[in-house]
Amino acid sequence: MKVYLDNGATTKVSDEVVRAILPYYKKHYGNASSLHDFGAKAKEALEKSRKIIAQEINADPEEIVFTSGGSESDNLAIKGIAYGNKKKGNHIITTKIEHPAILGPCKELFLEGFKVTYLDVDKNGFIKLNQLKKEISDKTILVSVIHGNNEIGTVQDIEKIAKICKKKGVYFHTDAVQSFTKEKIDVKKMNIDLLSASSHKIHGPKGIGFLYIRKGVNIKKMLYGGRHENDKRAGTENIPGIVGFAKAVQLDKKLKQIKKLRDYLIKRIEKEISDVKLNGDRNKRLVNNVNISFKYVEGEALLMHLNDRGIAVSTGSACSSQSLEPSHVLVAIGLKHEDAHGSIRFTLSRYTTKQEIDYTVRELKKVVKLLRDMSPWKKGINYEAKEGDHHGY
Amino acid sequence: MAIDYTKKVMRVFRNPKHFGEIKNADGVGVVGNPACGDIMKVFIKVGKNKKGEEIIKDIKIKTFGCVAAIATSDTMADMIKGKTLKEAMKLTNKDVAKKLGGLPPIKMHCSNLSEEGFRAAIKDYEKKKK
Ligand SMILES: Cc1ncc(COP(=O)(O)O)c(C=O)c1O
Ligand code: FES
Repeated sequence: MKVYLDNGATTKVSDEVVRAILPYYKKHYGNASSLHDFGAKAKEALEKSRKIIAQEINADPEEIVFTSGGSESDNLAIKGIAYGNKKKGNHIITTKIEHPAILGPCKELFLEGFKVTYLDVDKNGFIKLNQLKKEISDKTILVSVIHGNNEIGTVQDIEKIAKICKKKGVYFHTDAVQSFTKEKIDVKKMNIDLLSASSHKIHGPKGIGFLYIRKGVNIKKMLYGGRHENDKRAGTENIPGIVGFAKAVQLDKKLKQIKKLRDYLIKRIEKEISDVKLNGDRNKRLVNNVNISFKYVEGEALLMHLNDRGIAVSTGSACSSQSLEPSHVLVAIGLKHEDAHGSIRFTLSRYTTKQEIDYTVRELKKVVKLLRDMSPWKKGINYEAKEGDHHGY
Repeated sequence: MAIDYTKKVMRVFRNPKHFGEIKNADGVGVVGNPACGDIMKVFIKVGKNKKGEEIIKDIKIKTFGCVAAIATSDTMADMIKGKTLKEAMKLTNKDVAKKLGGLPPIKMHCSNLSEEGFRAAIKDYEKKKK
């Protein structure tokens, strides 16, 4: 049995989406900027798709800027606002649990002289609104807070956060790459100025995303060339990608079904495997995210054994990262390194079935037992950290 | 996840042979720590060969760590079993890595653990003997 439970990384492109895309490779391959009929056909598809996507978050179509994906949207938001509002200030506020697509540009800006504040989160992964209020100064130009966290699934109250930003006259951006179409988003009602989303997380094709930019927001263009996308991002539009993205938005999301399976998976693991801990908030979490630490075992080894049994998951273990540091998100919610070590993320989709979850739990129980039997580390044993014992070579 | 393990590493990881405990071990070594990564525990039983030299008669290990940590510790146990203490002390983590057809550079540090584990167990035995 093959069970794909890594939908937080990427998703299967749905058959409906593939069908919708094909004509735009085979027949309507025109450039949307061209004046002939080929161009008109492409332009028509482009604007129709833009409308569908805008409606999903109650934006106006002109406020949607198509990009190459979530990473580009995040970079455009952070750098575009920073460079576009230098006159006002040089301070950006974000959080300790952002995706690297936010942390990366923030670090670059810091090296260029901008000031960046990283908000703490509590043990469930929520920022503290008081800290946010305190950190906003007259030099602050942007607050960027991830909506649904890609690792632990915690969903922030972005409406409240945006309200604070609006009151203080600071732009608010949210990385909604994981939450888009999973959580209700109304950019007008919620006072959101900028929002990033990506197609390949919702059964659309890879390499296409958008940045919603509220009308009137002062943002500097990052990619120069033609005057595409409301003169905010140059480049011949990826029509097949955009058509596929719009189709993916129109799919039946099956959120209730996914959520039910998510809770079923959590419940069974908690009941049938000892010494486990759910990471992230139990209720305010992405409908498809389960992140659990299995004590006394290491995540990479667990992942590989599951992989041998056809089950695809991911881990926040230090052993599987290039830096040999545990996931920054797990550290930010206060997990001890040894708990981060045994963390596994299961992310479901509309295609996940109960049979798959049952199979996963069955195999998981075996694999956790196998590795625990091999581990010298058990309940009640404490290994003192001895300097120079191992790492640091 | 794009760690390139050799087929040999994966084979040993899937089917390790030396995991377990020895109840009345002559030497026990514990190295590493969970905060920075891994822990390994080594149990040895010491005997004598025909020439009267001390040898590792039996060996069992327990490892908390990644695929590489599990594969290297098991391979080290395999290489060390039956060897004289002197020979065993000469083995290094590089020999283990070589036997496994190499390790990804980022995973070389995991093999240090097995080397240190066996040395700690042998040292523990020698200390107890005195
Ligand atoms: C929260 C979050 N932001 C940004 C990204 C980057 O999106 P993309 O892969 O489309 O560049 C991802 C996906 O990995 C994500 O989960
Ligand atoms: S045990 Fe942590 S990287 Fe190998």
